[in-house]
Amino acid sequence: MKTQQQTSEAVTTAAVRVKDLSISTTTGIQVVSDVSFDIAAGEVLGVVGESGSGKTTVGLALLGHTRSGLRITGGSVLVGGEDILDLQDGDLRRKRGSVISYVPQDPASSLNPALRIGVQLREVLEAHGRGNRRENEKRIAEMMREVALPDDPKYLARYPHELSGGQQQRIGLAMAFANRPRLIVLDEPTTGLDVTTQATVLSTVRDLAAAHGVAALYVSHDLAVVAALARRVAVMYAGRIVEVGPAENLFKSSAHPYTRKLVAAIPRLSGGRALLGIPGHAPSPGQRPPGCSFAPRCPMHLAACDEEVPSLVPVGEGHSARCIRAHEVVKQLQVSVADRVDAENPDANEAVLTLRDVVARYGKVEVLHSINLTLGKRECLAIVGESGSGKTTTARSIAGLHHDWSGSVLLGDQELETAARSRSRESRRQIQYIFQNPYGSLNPRKTVGESVGQPLSIFGIAKGVEADHRVAEMLEQVSLSASYSRRYPDQLSGGERQRVAIARALISSPSVLICDEVTSALDVSVQAAIVDLLGKLQHEIGVSMVFVTHNLPLVRSIAQKVAVLADGNILEYGDTAQVLTSPQQSYTRQLIANTPSLETTTRASGLNIG
Amino acid sequence: MSTTQETIARLEGAATPTPPVRSSTLLARALRLWRTRIGALFVLLLVIIAIFGPYVAPHDPSEFITLPNTPPQGNAVFGTDYLGQDVLSRFLHGGLDLMVTAAVSTALGLLLGIAIGLVAGYSRNALDDVLMRAMDVMMAFPQIMLVLLAVSLVGPQKWVVIASIVLTTAPRVARVARGAALPVIERDFVAAMETMGQSRIRIMTGELLPNILGPMMVEASLRLTYSIGTIAALAFLGLTSDPNAPNWGTMIQQNRIALSFQPWGALLPIIAIALLTLGTGLIGDGIARTAAGIDRKRDNG
Amino acid sequence: MAMVSGPYGLPEDGDHSMTWFRHGGIPAFVLRRLLLGVLVLALVSVVVFIATQALGDPAQALLGRDATPERLAALRQELNLDVSPFEQYLNWLGGLMQGSLGDSLTTQRPVADLLSGRLVNSGVLVLCAAVVSIPLSIALGSWAALRREKSVDTVSSNLMLVFASLPDFVVAVLLVIFFSTTVLHVLPAISPVPPGQLPWNNPAILILPTVTLVMTVVPYIARNMRGSMIEVLESDFVEMARLKGLPERVVLIRHALPNAIGPAFQSIALSLAYLAGGIVVVEYAFNYPGIGSALKDAVANHDVPVVQALAMLIAAVYVVVNLLADIATILVTPRLRTRL
Repeated sequence: MKTQQQTSEAVTTAAVRVKDLSISTTTGIQVVSDVSFDIAAGEVLGVVGESGSGKTTVGLALLGHTRSGLRITGGSVLVGGEDILDLQDGDLRRKRGSVISYVPQDPASSLNPALRIGVQLREVLEAHGRGNRRENEKRIAEMMREVALPDDPKYLARYPHELSGGQQQRIGLAMAFANRPRLIVLDEPTTGLDVTTQATVLSTVRDLAAAHGVAALYVSHDLAVVAALARRVAVMYAGRIVEVGPAENLFKSSAHPYTRKLVAAIPRLSGGRALLGIPGHAPSPGQRPPGCSFAPRCPMHLAACDEEVPSLVPVGEGHSARCIRAHEVVKQLQVSVADRVDAENPDANEAVLTLRDVVARYGKVEVLHSINLTLGKRECLAIVGESGSGKTTTARSIAGLHHDWSGSVLLGDQELETAARSRSRESRRQIQYIFQNPYGSLNPRKTVGESVGQPLSIFGIAKGVEADHRVAEMLEQVSLSASYSRRYPDQLSGGERQRVAIARALISSPSVLICDEVTSALDVSVQAAIVDLLGKLQHEIGVSMVFVTHNLPLVRSIAQKVAVLADGNILEYGDTAQVLTSPQQSYTRQLIANTPSLETTTRASGLNIG
Repeated sequence: MSTTQETIARLEGAATPTPPVRSSTLLARALRLWRTRIGALFVLLLVIIAIFGPYVAPHDPSEFITLPNTPPQGNAVFGTDYLGQDVLSRFLHGGLDLMVTAAVSTALGLLLGIAIGLVAGYSRNALDDVLMRAMDVMMAFPQIMLVLLAVSLVGPQKWVVIASIVLTTAPRVARVARGAALPVIERDFVAAMETMGQSRIRIMTGELLPNILGPMMVEASLRLTYSIGTIAALAFLGLTSDPNAPNWGTMIQQNRIALSFQPWGALLPIIAIALLTLGTGLIGDGIARTAAGIDRKRDNG
Repeated sequence: MAMVSGPYGLPEDGDHSMTWFRHGGIPAFVLRRLLLGVLVLALVSVVVFIATQALGDPAQALLGRDATPERLAALRQELNLDVSPFEQYLNWLGGLMQGSLGDSLTTQRPVADLLSGRLVNSGVLVLCAAVVSIPLSIALGSWAALRREKSVDTVSSNLMLVFASLPDFVVAVLLVIFFSTTVLHVLPAISPVPPGQLPWNNPAILILPTVTLVMTVVPYIARNMRGSMIEVLESDFVEMARLKGLPERVVLIRHALPNAIGPAFQSIALSLAYLAGGIVVVEYAFNYPGIGSALKDAVANHDVPVVQALAMLIAAVYVVVNLLADIATILVTPRLRTRL
């Protein structure tokens, strides 16, 4: 039981105090260990980590909730002096939605599709004691205004599917703030939203938290977003907090090698630096080494690191890191590797792919209005736009996956048919496509070797032993050992699967590679590694690339030319450096302004990272 | 894979070694479950009885042993049927026909249904609508009724029975096959093959079919169970080409009257059919559970 | 069906033809489905006609092998078989529209007379089965989903599996063996209903046939219900409802159940449609005079008009029941409503 002193301490110093939180699977494997942090009223604490770090699990645990198969095994979560983890069913339920709220990641699936949003808003009030109909109606109208949504009954009568993603998420926020909680846990609430919508949601969160003195825990994998919102940040790796401190200190001079590497992997709008990934991958629960979990991948590894788990070492005001060499790390300067992207390309003027007045349709709706683009030899052209801009349609039309288009697409000087099937085998071989979702682009019933080798038999390039040789060679080129050839996709991580997809695309020696949001589903460090690989391959093999993405800073790390697409039109088109540093169109300027980046946030606080 | 590894696989996108999943492995894994084993045992037992039964029958199935409906005694271990023939001998002879007919018609129905379902699902245009409407019309009648109609109009010949079961099984299989294929068709690896210009047929057989094998195996055992039931019911209703031939279904109908004092004439074949259908049902359920367990893990990876 | 919005959620403009028909909400939807149902029935009638009249020769079947050509011709004329098949079809269809189902070849009396009593009998039986099985299977399926993986779920799942696998006549005979002839002797083994009397005059005869039908239908619906309930219970919005602090009762009744029950309607519809035609074996097993046994007799006697009438009747039941299920699903799934 907590002593009187501890309880009053908790009340006066922090609104939320988490101490030694441990979560494991029901079979005893440790998933989250020794997580401790404080959040003051009105403060936003960011928790960043890649997949498998345990950040979402920690977020849910603050509501006393675990997903099936998991169990909270130790620690305490003090909110307003009370330990949430000590509460029983009825008491716990009363706290949820009133004292602690949750904003989920996917707003579309978290709202009941069969209930009107007004009903779903009202029930969070009714469940916590507010029974008066009229009062609730007033309260709901107020809530809607707070999140900048219409407060009329007609709007409230809508069903969730009648709202856009951004509106759905704001309903989620309204429900979370409804009962003026002390703590809000936000679980990557802007994933999948447009940059512009994301900016709105983030500012809403910031304003509401400050206005009502609510402590907020913001879980995310996106460091730039967290930097824009949170004053303090905690970095999680393999179930532990490896660094925690004020945002600027954390990003400008990280005290943990993992954080440093993570920061180095983030694309910069100003460019000039190559992105570096982290070799290897994070250990899964149950396979964590006895000492520091990051040791196997750490460039500063010592024998002592493997002996026991390091404890958090303070390196500055409120800044500590779980590394025995933390003091050395924090003093290091940021090292930049020269960017391959800006290197000279003498072949760029030779056009490999040309689009002239391409107009594309879906049924009766025209989604691309007269697109004109050129891709030079050994060049990478990025097509950037938000969702609905038509960038994927452009990519699919080039590849012949989308048939309903007119205009001309020229490969060299040869015009291509609209559908891939109608094209000559040679044309098909020359244009290869890599998809966004690594979990869907490989046939789960085929081994890696079979998938990578398939183009060889389809295009009649090689077979038998020779085919096997080429497959092995290709795998090595994408930094996968030849032994991967016998594995199945479900044995591979997301990053590894994308490498396999790249190998499959390049094995037939195409002249054009189309990458459709190929890193959007990957962790930041994995994304950096894949982008680095693509750049390297482009130089070694000499393939030209069309790189479709919504991530503006990423463009700077990979493409020489960029085309900005909006509503089916190209708004700006030119050299990447030029377009991003001095954009001509206001749309582009807005886009850049709304994109959270470490540079702008840290620049705002007077420090320069980039 | 244990629940622990399930949870771990769910927690993260990082690699977790999972055993590869192929159809042979699916069957092998399904056989690790008790229910699949028991089901397989039942089926095996009855197949053995059906195949080898005629060789070990003590009497000729049409031989008159003694008075009709005599309870078990001396030379008739299970007594005699409504005509005085030996129940045991007739029982041992009466299963093969049923099983072979059921197996053949189910297999053909599956092939036809899978073909239609894949073609319809992959065409993504008017052909899909037309085919599925046609299937709807076929499915407006319960299977037994259509088979009944066919048999009564043309005759209870073997080919009529098989054809009508094939024609009533195929639409149902097509529905399920199409439903299982649609999410696979949406996945990018199919689009990847399309960009490379792989032919439609090759995509259906090489990419789609291997990925719907799980649901198809479950459907196969379900259809087999129904086919056995339908063929036996036909015999029960008296619609066979030779009412005097030993047949489990007809035996039940013929010997029902004597249930209160000589139950074995109907009881033996009833138990046999019950165990057979239970067996196929258990196998199907075992495969379904194994496939569901694997899919859950795979989707989270 | 036509979509209201394009791929980006933008409304499609330009197609103003038949606007009400395409986008008139639920009444238009019902009308569309009705028309579709009529189309299906029309197609079915063609199939039935071809199958019964064009393939077999009723005159030959009636008179047997050694009928003389003159007698065959005379009978054919009497039965209006001497005109082209197309004309025969139109005659028959016309008759159907006017409510005349033709005359039975065996009894020479209107088919409607023959079937009306049997229709009532079968109707009563199906009603009993439906009234018992629908609530039972929904409750069983939901409960099994709630107590997932615990003993209740395992036991009921296994039981459902057993009854789903056994053919219905096997269940019927086993029930008879158990309750009537061999183990216990409490229920009648056969269920005859003397002509002119109603089934409920002697309710005991309804019990075993109803139980048989229930055991055929419940496993299918219950499994469906369990599956969709589990899916809903594991969904994000149910998790969110719990995280909002809603009482469990509210979570189950307001959030889980309405979303889980949609798919169950489809399986209920299919089961009812199945009962309409599949009842033939059970009725035969219990000597119950319903449309199932009428069908069996008609088929055995090559009584073509009766067969045709019954086939159309069963198809009509299928269409109506499916329509009702579709409407019910739309009502419970708002997301589908806005597309209308």
